[in-house]
Amino acid sequence: MTKNIPIAAAIGLFFTALYFLMAILAPWIAPYGMAEVVGGVWEPPSAEHLIGTDNIGRDLLTRMIYGGRTTIFIATAATVLSFTTGSVLGFLAAVMGGWVDQVMSRFVDLLMSIPSLIFALVVLSVMPVTVPVLIVVMGLLDSTRVYRLARAVAVDINVMDYVEAAKLRGEGRIWIIFREILPNALSPLVAEMGLRFIFMVLFVSTLSFLGLGVQPPAADWGGIVKENKDGIVYGIGAALWPAVAIATLAISVNLVADWVLNRTTSLKGGRG
Amino acid sequence: MVPALKLVVQRVALGLLLLFLVSVLIFAGTQILPGDVAQSILGQSATPEALANLRAELGLNEPAVTRYLDWLFGALQGDLGTALTNGASISESLGRRLGNTMFLAFWAAVVAVPLAIFLGLLAVRYRDRWPDKLISGVTLASISIPEFLIGYVLMYFVGVKLGLAPSVAMINDTMSLGQKLHAIALPVAVLTLVVLAHMMRMTRAAILNVMQSAYIETAELKGLSMFTIIWRHAFPNSIAPIVNVVMLNLAYLVVGVVVVEVVFTYPGMGQYLVDHVSKRDVPVVQACGLVFAAVYIGLNMIADIVSILSNPRLRHPK
Repeated sequence: MTKNIPIAAAIGLFFTALYFLMAILAPWIAPYGMAEVVGGVWEPPSAEHLIGTDNIGRDLLTRMIYGGRTTIFIATAATVLSFTTGSVLGFLAAVMGGWVDQVMSRFVDLLMSIPSLIFALVVLSVMPVTVPVLIVVMGLLDSTRVYRLARAVAVDINVMDYVEAAKLRGEGRIWIIFREILPNALSPLVAEMGLRFIFMVLFVSTLSFLGLGVQPPAADWGGIVKENKDGIVYGIGAALWPAVAIATLAISVNLVADWVLNRTTSLKGGRG
Repeated sequence: MVPALKLVVQRVALGLLLLFLVSVLIFAGTQILPGDVAQSILGQSATPEALANLRAELGLNEPAVTRYLDWLFGALQGDLGTALTNGASISESLGRRLGNTMFLAFWAAVVAVPLAIFLGLLAVRYRDRWPDKLISGVTLASISIPEFLIGYVLMYFVGVKLGLAPSVAMINDTMSLGQKLHAIALPVAVLTLVVLAHMMRMTRAAILNVMQSAYIETAELKGLSMFTIIWRHAFPNSIAPIVNVVMLNLAYLVVGVVVVEVVFTYPGMGQYLVDHVSKRDVPVVQACGLVFAAVYIGLNMIADIVSILSNPRLRHPK
């Protein structure tokens, strides 16, 4: 299996792994302390500061590494939350059917009729903006999309013979959901996970950029843009580094997700 | 009754119901959530007297249902209350900013929609050859970067390095249309890029879907050129999905505008909303949320209605 990874997916995997390793090992690989002022304002790249310094003289590379840590951590946590809530509720709706399904699905329709960013802003206007709150708000808002996918997949699986057999031998709902439906619904969900993760990275960066996400002095990619954006008009590109980081991360995860999706669809006899 | 008409009426009714429920949700989201609104506005260090005053001012001592109904009927009559921070009428400030936002979104749509459809057709025409691959590559890249970063990248390279367009989009009533358009050139470019990718991909998918029909094969066998087939046979049959895509993206545009306005400090709804979220000015946030949701639901509704009307089987029943 490992030898026929297509080149695009291999590149994707490599960069995705690199970013996650950087996030985990941030305190060891970052050249300076996270909020340490070590130079002048917006110094150009040099041997001491590989990509220069930021608006108050902190090392930009260090900020980027710690920022990646925060951004990736929040995005991962929110994705996990969104997947557990979304898929469990989606499977439950598919298995239970009837009014439970109706009520949950219509409620999800309602939530999805408001753009997530707007709804998040409305909620954040009354909630304290802390990392756990961000994760919960983002995760729950996004779980509506996972719910739809999980329910659609589970409705198909629920009428399969083996599920029927399990029901006839008297297995409970928990068994049906976790032992019969979950293993068979895993591959489309995993492929979707990559896309949701990217969306979370973009979402948290956007919120931080608007000043409603991660609060300073903690670093995160959206926040770095916000801190350094005033340099743009003087031709200082410090605020553009997060663009490079986010774009490479998002494209790599996309490549991996595409590969997973192709592999899993070909497993089912090549049906598109 | 003609089935199409019945469906349209149903869809409008559904849209109104949805809007009503969304207003409940927005209200509930800001009022019934755990935590005291007054406390979170004033912060932890507020004195009990200040808290009590603010609660009375917000009407927090009345039951939630009463407050909701007051708010809803006010909103229906165009009175959205007053802002906590400066006591100005929300409807007034909102009206002016809504106009600006619509101006921006309108011009972005004028550029993006024809361009997306043209590029979508081009991608189908040269399917699996370099124009198609180039187009999908650029699409992937522009989906992977958040709007605000596209904004800064353009501002840095086009606005500052090349000096082609102003990097701050301030407009006011005394400017002529030409001046205004020059001022909003960069935000329009960003919004175009943001929706273009998605719209183009879906146009391409919609036309490719139609291209697999039997009558396309017939046209091909008749010896028609590829462009004629796409233009005369495939395109008319994919209008419904394309209109749908366009509407969904216009709805998306309305949201993308929030961030882009902040980047270019454009005096529109988005900046108004974001400013007041950080000031925790709940009435303004509610009002903006409601307006954004209404526009979004409205555009989605129009998309559905167009696809109902463009289906000849529903228009001319047997």
